[in-house]
Amino acid sequence: MTNNSPQERLYNGLIKENPTFVLTLGMCPTLAVTTSAINGLGMGLSTMVVLALSNVFISALRKIIPDRVRIPAFIVIIASFVTMLQLILQGYIPALNAALGIYIPLIVVNCIILGRAEAYAFKNPVIPSLFDGIGMGLGFSFALTCIGAVRELLGAGQIFGAQVLSLSWYTPVSIFIMAPGAFFVLACMTALQNKIKINGEKKGKDMSKIQSGCGHDCLNCSDTQGCKFYDTTVKAETKTEEVSSNENN
Amino acid sequence: MKTISELLVILISSSLVSNVVLSQFLGLCPFLGVSKKVETAKGMGMALIFVITLSSGVAGVIYTFIMVPLGIEYLQTIVFILVIAALVQFVEMFLKRFMQSLYQALGIYLPLITTNCAVLGVALTNVQDEYNVVYSMVNGFATALGFTISIVILAGIREKMEYNDIPESFKGMPIVMITAGLMAIAFCGFSGLL
Repeated sequence: MTNNSPQERLYNGLIKENPTFVLTLGMCPTLAVTTSAINGLGMGLSTMVVLALSNVFISALRKIIPDRVRIPAFIVIIASFVTMLQLILQGYIPALNAALGIYIPLIVVNCIILGRAEAYAFKNPVIPSLFDGIGMGLGFSFALTCIGAVRELLGAGQIFGAQVLSLSWYTPVSIFIMAPGAFFVLACMTALQNKIKINGEKKGKDMSKIQSGCGHDCLNCSDTQGCKFYDTTVKAETKTEEVSSNENN
Repeated sequence: MKTISELLVILISSSLVSNVVLSQFLGLCPFLGVSKKVETAKGMGMALIFVITLSSGVAGVIYTFIMVPLGIEYLQTIVFILVIAALVQFVEMFLKRFMQSLYQALGIYLPLITTNCAVLGVALTNVQDEYNVVYSMVNGFATALGFTISIVILAGIREKMEYNDIPESFKGMPIVMITAGLMAIAFCGFSGLL
């Protein structure tokens, strides 16, 4: 797989730099809409559409947008696509629109999208940017569907609305489809990921890419490289991007 | 009287019953990122109360008096995000120039707020629930108050947790998430209030 080829981009977004599991970006929708697998999938695919379109648009305009006003320009472009998506969902898939509610317009502030615009689309040609958006979007959808499926299975004994665990012997733990369950499931997933990271480091593998379990003290944080919140996102992401492209070369 | 009782209901429901972080999952980044010490958590909370109350008011005015008469309600997402981003910048400059003491206290938190989804979330909820400008501001204030309450509690627990023996893989974010989950269960109890 050569660097920036469509397949490489898809693999990168889905596995290598999975936005949820590896980079832990976009936590708000991850927790909020994953009450069922279908909601998770719907949110993931909606985000993917916006991500792919905004990546294409920003990449096409990258030589025209002045460097100093790029962030406001990105936000306007992203917000336009989100508005279009919202209107389309209202018109054609009202059930999904009702289930996701306010989280559809909030795709605008999902840091995955702004992060990819800054780290990838603004520096690369249109076609790789398109596939970068699709890859990252698929990775996000995959993660959300997984979390949604776990919560739905534990909380209602169902997956995609089909009864998997018979109610005759399984009592659904309904807390998992309520708000607290989201925190518990994500905590366990992150802990699992930490476990993999620790084991890997013991074996001497380079696990620095897996960015979970930082101390979470943003104000006194000296390690801006590994951070994905706030403005430092951009710098850190750019660096990872450079490192990974160097590796691939 | 009716207005006052309605406002009280908004105040209680937005701050406690449907808490912005613990039941709506908005503003999670600062909730996890700035909750290591009670002192900084308080500062973040104050800054957010200030910004959200102000931005709900401004967004409410723009929506009611400019967007509705022109019939461009569908542009709300674009307009609100731009208004909020501009407002935060403006507030930062204003405080820096004219209110040094407040800037010292809140200034460092302001850049962390620009892309906070709670701010945009409140502005959109206000429109969805058809609140007028006053109601919007009260709702904004209540939401931010709820954020402050939960982040200060979480910071308090985290300060105590520093001395605990936590399993290796649960250190850092996972244990904070578990704590937040337990707090969310506690906050579920408030749903009986209304």
